[in-house]
Amino acid sequence: MKILVAVKRVIDYNVQVRVKEDNTGVVTDNVKMSTNPPDDNAIEEAVKIKEAGKATEVVAVSIGEEKAQETVRKALAVGADKGILVKVDGVLEPLAVSKLLQKIVEKEKPDLVFMGKQAIDDDCNQTGQMLSALLNWPQATFASKIEIKDKKLEVTREIDEGLETIEINIPAIVTCDLRLNEPRYASLPNIMKAKKKPIEQLNASDLGVDTSSRIDQIKVEEPPKRKAGIKVSSVAELVQKLKNEAKVI
Amino acid sequence: MAVLLIAEHNNKELKSFTLNAVTAASQIDSEVHAIIIGKDCEEGAKALSQLPLVKKVIHVEAAHYENFVAENFAPVIVKLADNYSHIVCSANTFGKNLMPRIAAALDTSQISDIIKVISPDTFLRPIYAGNAFATVKSKDAKKCVTIRPTSFDPCESSGGSASIEKAEAGEEFAHTKFIKREEIKSDRPELGTARIVISGGRGMQNGDNFKLITSIADKLNAAIGASRAAVDAGYISNDHQVGQTGKVVVPDLYIAVGISGAIQHLAGMKESKIIVAINKDGEAPIFSVADYGLEADLFEALPQFLEELNKLNTIQK
Repeated sequence: MKILVAVKRVIDYNVQVRVKEDNTGVVTDNVKMSTNPPDDNAIEEAVKIKEAGKATEVVAVSIGEEKAQETVRKALAVGADKGILVKVDGVLEPLAVSKLLQKIVEKEKPDLVFMGKQAIDDDCNQTGQMLSALLNWPQATFASKIEIKDKKLEVTREIDEGLETIEINIPAIVTCDLRLNEPRYASLPNIMKAKKKPIEQLNASDLGVDTSSRIDQIKVEEPPKRKAGIKVSSVAELVQKLKNEAKVI
Repeated sequence: MAVLLIAEHNNKELKSFTLNAVTAASQIDSEVHAIIIGKDCEEGAKALSQLPLVKKVIHVEAAHYENFVAENFAPVIVKLADNYSHIVCSANTFGKNLMPRIAAALDTSQISDIIKVISPDTFLRPIYAGNAFATVKSKDAKKCVTIRPTSFDPCESSGGSASIEKAEAGEEFAHTKFIKREEIKSDRPELGTARIVISGGRGMQNGDNFKLITSIADKLNAAIGASRAAVDAGYISNDHQVGQTGKVVVPDLYIAVGISGAIQHLAGMKESKIIVAINKDGEAPIFSVADYGLEADLFEALPQFLEELNKLNTIQK
């Protein structure tokens, strides 16, 4: 069994994101970038499945600018066998990304495609479901547990009401929740080894997909700021303020 | 052209956020049609027809719609899409799971989780965990939009009399099978709609200590929330998680206990009307968004808090 894992390069989750003064976007120059956190869970799960002898190959793919190669390289250091970088200029919408991933799926013929449930930059939460629709494959979104049962997967999904379990036939798409597993750190020897693993480079424009934007980003602004509050010195004062000043209890 | 609103329900009744989604839909176009897909969901269809903002209800029934599998739902919507300029749904896990499948089938670039309708093609949505707001304009002829329910008021729920039309069911998708759903039933208000939310974080130290929060929640008729750290550590179940990858809440009062206030958590609660933070670390970022901050050991503060509340007998329900 072959697993394709899609990974995205995003602003690191610890960075306090700042809006550009000209309101065209957020500041990305000299900002720490890393793998989208739930994509780390996706790669970890794929590698675990391979280590358990249930998969033979893990391929990591990223769609992004040249520097997204670092994100692919990190996936290789964690245990992916091969990398693919689909080079694009600028930012693509999830619809375009899913069309490019469809092309990669047609080429690589994986049995499973894993990715994070949402990217922490645009917070769209669309790509996995869109790819699944384009391929007409089953989808298991927001997965917090995956069990492989022959040609089927049993997946526990995190939903608003609690947990849901579904069974899907392979080939399938799974989008991963942060609770799926604990992503490992790459060891130094594995980071060195990853440098020798192959990364195939493709240009999005060569894949015959219309990736033109369908959405104009008109402006990006700072959200309204909350005005600074006060510190209270005791629980009694807190309750008194909530009752008499804020009038919420 | 009209807007098609996909109702979220549990086959017995509408989920309350459907009313917020109807409000958003009506701000796009006054001609709102609502579709309900399910098994034995006549009551939900009736409830939709009574919403004054809904002009027509489409009711689709089949056994394989009982468990809201997106692979079964999407083709039903796609088949009807010709008649609509917009397809709208709440950005809950139901809508997040379903809408992109519809959008891809229609070759439309979806706009997720909007917090404001600026015009029928232009919307405001948070990005980067709410650290920036983007104004985006869709150039697609047909628009698929999910809405953040807490950013829109619920619509009027009675007085309407829209016609209910039955539409034909589609086939069952053969490769996805529902097994089970584990819902945690509670008599408390729902986290998403509660007037007061009290949340615990890593500082609670274990699941047992959450009973300190439970007793205050009982007293205040509040919902119970949690930070991702508390859920990851197994103190409480995932349906309580507030934040970028959990639920977004906008209560009148949000009480954060033992929560440091990572940006991912703030993304889910910083629009709350009044925020209280109780934390022993005076430098915790949660204090930067708190209207009232109490620097204290929560294991001393929470029992005192309950005691003070017990002294009041005017708690608003």
